[in-house]
Amino acid sequence: MNLSDQLIQFLLSGFATGSIYALIGLGFSIIYNATGIINFAQGEFVMLGGMVTVFFLTSLHIPLPAAILGAVAITTFVGLLFERLAIRPIRKATPINLVIITIGGSILIRGLAMLIWGKDTHAIPGFSGEEPIMIGNASLLPQHLWIFGMTTLAIIASKVFFNYTISGKAMRACAFNPRAASLIGIDVKRMVLFSFVISSAMGSVAGFIIAPLTMTSYDVGIMLGLKGFCAAIIGGMSSGLGTVLGGIILGVLESLGAGLISSGYKDAVAFIILLLILFIRPQGIFKRAESERV
Amino acid sequence: MKRTVAALIVCLLLTTAGTALADTLRIGALFAVTGPASFLGEPEKNTLEMLVKEINSKGGINKNKVELVVYDTQGDATKAKQLVNKLIKNDKVAVIVGPSTTGETMAIIDDVEKAGIPLVSCAAGIKITEPVKKWVFKTPANDHVAGEKILNYMAQQKQKSIALLTVSDGFGSSGREQLKALAAQKGFKIVADEVYGPKDTDMTPQLTKIKGTKPDAIICWGTNPGPAVVTKNMKQLGIKIPLYQSHGVASKKFIELAGADASEGVTLPAGKLAVYDKLKKNDPQYKLLSEYDKAYRKAYGVEASTFGGYAYDAFQLIAEAVRKGGVTPDKIRTGIEQVKKLVAVSGIFTMSEKDHNGLDLSAFVMVRVSKGDWEIAQ
Repeated sequence: MNLSDQLIQFLLSGFATGSIYALIGLGFSIIYNATGIINFAQGEFVMLGGMVTVFFLTSLHIPLPAAILGAVAITTFVGLLFERLAIRPIRKATPINLVIITIGGSILIRGLAMLIWGKDTHAIPGFSGEEPIMIGNASLLPQHLWIFGMTTLAIIASKVFFNYTISGKAMRACAFNPRAASLIGIDVKRMVLFSFVISSAMGSVAGFIIAPLTMTSYDVGIMLGLKGFCAAIIGGMSSGLGTVLGGIILGVLESLGAGLISSGYKDAVAFIILLLILFIRPQGIFKRAESERV
Repeated sequence: MKRTVAALIVCLLLTTAGTALADTLRIGALFAVTGPASFLGEPEKNTLEMLVKEINSKGGINKNKVELVVYDTQGDATKAKQLVNKLIKNDKVAVIVGPSTTGETMAIIDDVEKAGIPLVSCAAGIKITEPVKKWVFKTPANDHVAGEKILNYMAQQKQKSIALLTVSDGFGSSGREQLKALAAQKGFKIVADEVYGPKDTDMTPQLTKIKGTKPDAIICWGTNPGPAVVTKNMKQLGIKIPLYQSHGVASKKFIELAGADASEGVTLPAGKLAVYDKLKKNDPQYKLLSEYDKAYRKAYGVEASTFGGYAYDAFQLIAEAVRKGGVTPDKIRTGIEQVKKLVAVSGIFTMSEKDHNGLDLSAFVMVRVSKGDWEIAQ
């Protein structure tokens, strides 16, 4: 295998991992765009998507499509409960308080998942088999195509939703200025609830779709959540292409870093990028600096 | 919950202690029952509780009743240090089993040495018993024994160059160091030395790099799920180089995670418990292993694990010492040190003043995955 073949494989691997990060990152940016808070429990929604699917498949022997639907429904319900029980009662709190509450919520969800399903790692079979697809001398799995497809679908859906529907526009209005939004008749509370519902559903989609590749256990949410958060930060918390590009940049750099420099620094690459961006361009790579909202 | 249970057990023990005869053997145990190392601590605690119940129902060891005090360290060395003092000073135990991890064990060695209480650790790190400490023993075989087993097997197969792919946690880095040292000793050439994070989900970049160096074999050193991801990634990339895994994944779980197809042909050193049904019936350990597995399944509904076996062996060593000597810490220590050819789960123990682990290469057997099951590799 010569260097150019290796490079193609690194890029392809990075692209594949990056799409996973992107899909998770989108969940972060949706809540951020509607509420101005960063929901650190997003990773746990991803975990729930995978674990509930596994639970339905292995314990209740439900066929895969039904198991997936069930997992999305349950995770969405958890997202809804989370907003109702943890976020809404303290709506007057500052964003930083809410962010810390989401961290607490993530620890709780993780703990409950551990108690219910134990600490084992589980695997789901690939949706369309495990035979690799060769592209030149590099290869991909059919599951990667599912992930690419789902990520594309998620960008299109969120683009349409936020730019062309009343609810989507209302949600964006709430993030810019909740007070003004409520003055013109938008039910801010409902929009916040709605954003948690959407992002938990999206997290669970990410969860079940990556489970055949990455496997799943009660504690996968931490690392996946952090990587998704990095992707969203690089993309400037946009709910569309920015975050997706952010995820792919992250994935490709990680893969190139591991392949060309040293695999010991793979995670360091991700977090150094995150720190650099927070220092130099806190608004993300793809966003023009916003003027301070007064 | 666990803590209340532990507290209840302690209360029970305290109330019974007053009425019990002078000759009761009180065993303390420190296990990481919850927290990241709970896959070790949970089967260890279950095993020990099962054994104590069993022996008491038979009238104890030499008519000495056995009492057990278990504390949960949560895999935290600071907690282990506090709890070991509690065991020694409040519970006045005669011998301690555990902790589950090397870090915790190293943290409490000073305390047991000072107090003169024998410790039978369930952690694998070589530092625990090398150099030998007077009061400290351990039941898992050293990691380098597993590494040596792999390299001996590779020498048989005439494989000369190795690519290493190890996890970046304690288990992986200790394995990496020892494999490098052993490889140098035995004349193998290491052509690639890659690592991955314990939570990594894609190792194709490392494997692509390894493929470019054309090694005769790849050795991956980690615990689930990493090695399963590596195995799957190798199939994705179409890498046909022989893959060796460590004893860290010697359970059916690994085959389940990686898939029967991708894991076909993967070879690894396994403790005999994982494959006891494939052993010859006249293997000295066969009877004990099958009894342990059956008893554990009956009590807890899941198969016995190698990790639980560490606690099983610790109890066997202590029981043997009590049978020959007595229930005081000093007699137990001397008794354990004099154990010869004790057939147990992890292997056959022969302790001495110079060896407080007592296991050799026979603790492992090389196995290969074939059609979703283990077969003994010759």
